[in-house]
Amino acid sequence: MTDAPILSVDDVQVAFPVGGLMKRSAILGVAGVSFSVRPGETFALVGESGSGKTTLARAINGLQAISRGTITFDGDRIDNLNKAQMKAVRKRMSMMFQDPVGSLSPRMTVGDLVTEPFRIHGAEGRDLRAEAARLLTLVGLPADFATRYPHQLSGGQARRVGVARAIALDPALIIADEPTAGLDVSVQGEVLNLLNDLRERLGLAMVIITHNLHVVHHVADRTAVMYLGRFVEIGETEEMFANPHHPYTAALLSANPEPDPDKVHDRITLPAEVPSLLARPEGCEFHTRCPWGKEKCRVEAPPPGDVACHFPLEPGADPPITEPAL
Amino acid sequence: MSEAASNAPVPQSSEWMRSLKRLLREPLGVFGLALVLLVIFGAVFADFLTQWDPTRINPRVRFEGPSGEHLLGTDQLGRDLLARVLHGGRIALYVALVSTAISLAVGIVLGLIAGYGPRWLDNLMILVFDAMKSFPTVMLALALVTITGPSLTAVILVVILVNVPGYARIVRTQTIAIKTSEFVTAAQSAGASTARILRVHIMPNVIGPLVILASMDIPVVIAIEAGMSFLGLGVRPPTPSWGSILNDGFAQIRETPWIAIAGGIPIIVTTLGFTFLGETLRDVFDPRLKGR
Repeated sequence: MTDAPILSVDDVQVAFPVGGLMKRSAILGVAGVSFSVRPGETFALVGESGSGKTTLARAINGLQAISRGTITFDGDRIDNLNKAQMKAVRKRMSMMFQDPVGSLSPRMTVGDLVTEPFRIHGAEGRDLRAEAARLLTLVGLPADFATRYPHQLSGGQARRVGVARAIALDPALIIADEPTAGLDVSVQGEVLNLLNDLRERLGLAMVIITHNLHVVHHVADRTAVMYLGRFVEIGETEEMFANPHHPYTAALLSANPEPDPDKVHDRITLPAEVPSLLARPEGCEFHTRCPWGKEKCRVEAPPPGDVACHFPLEPGADPPITEPAL
Repeated sequence: MSEAASNAPVPQSSEWMRSLKRLLREPLGVFGLALVLLVIFGAVFADFLTQWDPTRINPRVRFEGPSGEHLLGTDQLGRDLLARVLHGGRIALYVALVSTAISLAVGIVLGLIAGYGPRWLDNLMILVFDAMKSFPTVMLALALVTITGPSLTAVILVVILVNVPGYARIVRTQTIAIKTSEFVTAAQSAGASTARILRVHIMPNVIGPLVILASMDIPVVIAIEAGMSFLGLGVRPPTPSWGSILNDGFAQIRETPWIAIAGGIPIIVTTLGFTFLGETLRDVFDPRLKGR
């Protein structure tokens, strides 16, 4: 894997202005993150609701302006493009949205929906009916679904239509925001297998946004864990799941429901609530909830690196014995 | 693949067919539809239903009551009232259809611009719409007619000015509700142009309820046409209009009431018919709006 990255995100920050006329300030939905995705690789963004993962995805896709940093796609900067230039990028980078049915235009047929990218980007000389049939077959739907409307589809079927739409133009990168949200567990598995399968067949890179760690484990080569708009840990998925270094990663993994009832379960309970983005904690932003927190964490931000922690956990470290003080 | 492979039968009858069937189950809707069809039939086949020319003056038969020859009698110039009523229906329907169609087109375009465009433009347009709505229809009609002179075009213009603000507001509200929905974001993300988003993704979701509302406005339009013609602001004599027939009869209502009746009944029938039909259509298409 020495290919040049298809997507590089460098120190990206997304600020939302808040407040009225008198005291204007900004909250950082994404507070400076960097990562890159190589061709054919699947990268997962994990985090709680409000951790900024969807905002980051929207920023990469150009739906949300960034306030600092650079985004490079296939060797070219894309964070400062105008609408026409961005359109050329969108041809090669598609995004899937959370709601399987709600992201499909309700008055369009499935056939029109999956071939819309062709219409948008010029469909000269293409047989759109044949394309629709090809794409539907590719995602495991019967070709005659082309005449149906979104409300006639199940969640899983609608998600497959969303996938078909996303791969229509043979993109280099797909950003999938919660691709399994709102689906039954069995259907989740089908969708993930489909995505994995398509990635291998079409050589796509994917950025998957999710709060579901099973999804991450199933599909992602590398994973970044987001907390308050920052990456607290980034690394190879297998390695991270085996040996989480950041306490937050460890807590998330320990909170993941385990299908094996006999397994000993040491759940790490995090005290307190997620802090408000309007009042970010001093020092290490996780110290208010960290069971391992020390004095240094209160005053000093952790050093930059793959694990944003002063005291990364060692493999096999015991969970803290003392109950965290509230 | 189980859920994808299970090939549930697709309901073949379209939404329209099902709605039509439901409409035919509502007695009020059937009644309204019958009245509307009756009026349309009379207007379309006016030339075959009576041999009289609606503008032919015959002083020898002035103020004649209903008879075998003149089924509804004659007016003060001896013109056949049935012919005038049937041809007046043409005028009424023409005004209703043309002005409603133009109002819809203009209202949709303005509403989409206000709803999808920048905030300042939206505020400005809403201000204009509200100002237009606050104008009494009669004042508007009088003001316009002083400029253009009484004509059918003046009637149509008044109707458009009366209808457009309401339609535009409805479209604007719907557009604002829809423009942040995920399928619009998905279209933006795919690179769709603003024109495409408005035309393909937003307009089809706005138009259904609007057309039903417009069909409920048709009686109002017909009343405006009749009212303006009654006041002498609408169609010019000798062109027949229900409003002008009513006006002709109004002067002699004690001596020859059939003239006013001939002008009034079709207005009532048409208004009722379109109202019943429109309300039933609304309930059939969107049961949530029932009783509003």
